[in-house]
Amino acid sequence: MRGTPIGGGLAGATDASQTTATIHSVETFGTVDGPGIRYVVFFQGCPLRCAYCHNRDTWTRAGGKTVKVADLAVDIERYAGFLRPSGGGVTATGGEPLLQAAAVGELFDLVHGLGLTTALDTSGHAAITPVIHALLERTDLVILDLKHADDDAHRNLVGVTNRRIFDFAREVARTGRPLWVRHVVVPGYTTAEADVAALGSFIAELAEHGDLQRVELLAYHELGRHKWEALGERYLLESVSPPTANEMRAVAEVLEGYGLPVRRPD
Amino acid sequence: MTHTVPSLTETVSAEWAGFRAGRWVDHIDVRDFIQRNYVPYEGDESFLAPPTEATTALWAKVSKLLASENAAGGTLDVDTSTISTIDSHGPGYIDQSLERIVGLQTDAPLRRAIIPNGGIRVAESACKAYGFTLDPKVWEIFTRYRKTHNDGVFDAYTPEMRAARSAGIITGLPDAYGRGRIIGDYRRVALYGINRLIQDKEDQKSSVEIGSMEEDEIRLREEISEQISALRELLTMAEAYGFDISRPAGNAREAIQWLYFAYLGSVKEQNGAAMSLGRVATFLDVYMERDIAAGVLTESQAQELIDHFVMKLRLVRFLRTPDYNQLFSGDPTWVTEVLGGMGTDGRTLVSRTSFRFLHTLYNLGAAPEPNLTVLWALGLPEPFKRYAAKVSVDTSSIQYENDDLMRPYWGDDYGIACCVSAMRLGKQMQFFGARCNLAKALLYAINGGRDELNGIQVGPRFEPIHGEYLDYDEVMSKFDFFLDWIANLYINTLNVIHYMHDKYSYERLQMALHDRDVLRTMACGIAGLSVCADSLSAIKHAKVRAIRDEAGTVVDFAIEGPNADSWPKFGNNDPAVDSIAVDLVERVMKKLQKNRTYRNAEPTMSVLTITSNVVYGAKTGNTPDGRKAGEPFAPGANPMHGRDSHGALASLSSVAKLPYEFSQDGISYTFSIEPSSLGKDDSGRVSNLCSLLDGYVSEGGHHINVNVLDRDMLRDAMEHPERYPQLTIRVSGYAVNFVKLTREQQLDVINRTFHARI
Repeated sequence: MRGTPIGGGLAGATDASQTTATIHSVETFGTVDGPGIRYVVFFQGCPLRCAYCHNRDTWTRAGGKTVKVADLAVDIERYAGFLRPSGGGVTATGGEPLLQAAAVGELFDLVHGLGLTTALDTSGHAAITPVIHALLERTDLVILDLKHADDDAHRNLVGVTNRRIFDFAREVARTGRPLWVRHVVVPGYTTAEADVAALGSFIAELAEHGDLQRVELLAYHELGRHKWEALGERYLLESVSPPTANEMRAVAEVLEGYGLPVRRPD
Repeated sequence: MTHTVPSLTETVSAEWAGFRAGRWVDHIDVRDFIQRNYVPYEGDESFLAPPTEATTALWAKVSKLLASENAAGGTLDVDTSTISTIDSHGPGYIDQSLERIVGLQTDAPLRRAIIPNGGIRVAESACKAYGFTLDPKVWEIFTRYRKTHNDGVFDAYTPEMRAARSAGIITGLPDAYGRGRIIGDYRRVALYGINRLIQDKEDQKSSVEIGSMEEDEIRLREEISEQISALRELLTMAEAYGFDISRPAGNAREAIQWLYFAYLGSVKEQNGAAMSLGRVATFLDVYMERDIAAGVLTESQAQELIDHFVMKLRLVRFLRTPDYNQLFSGDPTWVTEVLGGMGTDGRTLVSRTSFRFLHTLYNLGAAPEPNLTVLWALGLPEPFKRYAAKVSVDTSSIQYENDDLMRPYWGDDYGIACCVSAMRLGKQMQFFGARCNLAKALLYAINGGRDELNGIQVGPRFEPIHGEYLDYDEVMSKFDFFLDWIANLYINTLNVIHYMHDKYSYERLQMALHDRDVLRTMACGIAGLSVCADSLSAIKHAKVRAIRDEAGTVVDFAIEGPNADSWPKFGNNDPAVDSIAVDLVERVMKKLQKNRTYRNAEPTMSVLTITSNVVYGAKTGNTPDGRKAGEPFAPGANPMHGRDSHGALASLSSVAKLPYEFSQDGISYTFSIEPSSLGKDDSGRVSNLCSLLDGYVSEGGHHINVNVLDRDMLRDAMEHPERYPQLTIRVSGYAVNFVKLTREQQLDVINRTFHARI
């Protein structure tokens, strides 16, 4: 990053810490991954292999760029005038930010120092270690993507078991961190009523023990497809169309049946 | 302060009864009147009224007329034989029984007038282009008996000026049509009435009876005489509609009507490139408040007056040629009205009527005109900020300019001419100067003044660059020399144009609504700033190889070296290139300032392209940043499409660095975003847009167009224009009906200016 500090808040921070992170890119005007306007950091590398991934180019650590966490914070400070009044802040996403939990935690400390909020947008596929705990303590909002309640179907769609993810979800609930659950509706893959019901039942358990603030339903879309093609990969969901309004409503109604605060897209 | 001043009674003037007195009573001083009498409004929009039956019925008729105009290819009708003057046409109506505010440019709505003083050829070819024939008598008058501005300019142009003009290094010049960008203080007619204004002008004239009469004094006396004649003609025009505007307006309806007549007289006299309205809302609000307090006006009636006034402004038309449309697409008139802003005393200038103007975009639907411009300041009342942002999200019809930045320069009674040009109302005007092509200037520097497309020597012949790889310092030193040359040529060309415009096409009525001594600016402009900055960045931070044709002209470039992909690009808040853009603005401005200007005008500069970024791109060869010949430039001060990879805030921050101090005629940025990328729901979109505008204003950004539009809808509108008659989109500094853009420009909008989520 070529960021130069404006104002004194973090001047000199560059020398204080040499911690680095591998990132794909940043988006300075994020408005959907948490409240307000958010500086979104896309961390490089992901343990999941979601068939509908819309950031296919963030899977492997290779191809990312290495930056100092302190430099990232200096760059973020340059946008504080936009972010702060909006109630926004910084969202760590990816890729999978939990793969670089120490660096993310350090970044979040610096972000809090700027008077900004922190959000962690994650798939939750990580063992609960002290580093993860430390990160959660610095996280104002966890945005957790739950893909599927059935483990076989989960492995099929995402490439890994859902057990760690569900454990992570329970842990977030236990710590009482504010939590948004996200769920992507993929017609034919996630829409069987029994599966949706099982998911609803699990999220209700999180709501009971933690601070679940909303459940966001996202419609599967094909917008990430070109990134697969650019990498010479076959796009696995070629024959799947985005869900209809009726399909979205059906999923929402099942989840609402569990008393969940469901938000559907406009 | 104002509370100690007694209110005026009928003994002073019946029309002013109840107003607080002040300097404005004895002097022509509209600002003083506003400051002493307006009521700041800090509340929200809940008081607003829906359209009345008359409004809905009248708008239905107007919509039908607009549809027929579109169906007729853009021009419905032309009066080919009446030379338009202030009082040339009898009264015209849409439906007199419904119209609360009356007056049309000719005897029928959307019937365009010929105004040949600017140039008879333009009038003639515009008639022809739309299937009409100019009356031969008119042609004879303006070719045998009466010279036009256009003829005067070409009599005086040097061969070098002509060459620069046809090569497209300086284009869009107002040498064949009205220069516009002058705002009469139309409020004066409502506040004072014509008689008082004539008396004031008579006094001004006798102030120029001095010992030594030379050209300046003689010209001024002639101009003031012309201004007085224009005011008399305006009286006649209003009389034909049954109104006596010799006296001040006595109520809100009269205030709007008087003010509109003054504006109407101006657009009948001048086919100006931009004919802006100024800053009328809060002035009119004083009359509205007085009538409402007296119980003679309801909110519904107040809104009806504004709706009907705005309908009239939406019908203003000029007869123009298709190639004019290429530069300034969508038939714009720039009836710019500024809303909001803060007073120098700290009170907001937002009034209920500021809301009423914005509300027309709901009552009548979205539209490009009038060009509603919100003067954004951090101190604006939150409910007004939120309402303006909501209107943007819903209609994409408004633009924002930084009042906190401009107030120290221009006070709190300035308007915006055209897109971004601030001027104190009644005290300042500009000599509009279009723009020069900065990217092409860079290519001339590389090629020793030869044009890269046709090989013709346009600039002074000097040593081209010979090396295989471009050296930054060598390029900059040649570029610097070349900028001196172009700045000099540019100012001289404008001197010719404005000398002739004053001589043959003087704005009699608009200048009658100014003080005697006005500040004049010579408003130059640059196009292609981001192309040029990126080109220099590539040369500096990567290796750029020059590719030459057989004649030795550099016609293409290859970017090489380890930074071939990663060289810094404008729009990412990266000082390594943003500083180049900042330097270019300052450098060009300082070169312009070295030149002597007609009537001692103060040189200023804008970074604004209107829609000519497409045409400029078409006329410019391959550039060192990798842009291919013919590809459009980015509009205004925008970064080049696809190169701003860090999101909107980075892009905004880069643009906000461009120094207003050296670009006082304005810096335009167009921001387009899909609704889903602006926020999750309407309330989030409004909040995010407010935060974005607050941040941009605090960073020192000058202007921003905001479009919140779905790209799929725009694509559908290209295929089915009939379904989207009112779809409005902001381009550089103004708004257009999307369906009126040329296909190239529609594609440019869809492909190049959107911020979407990654």
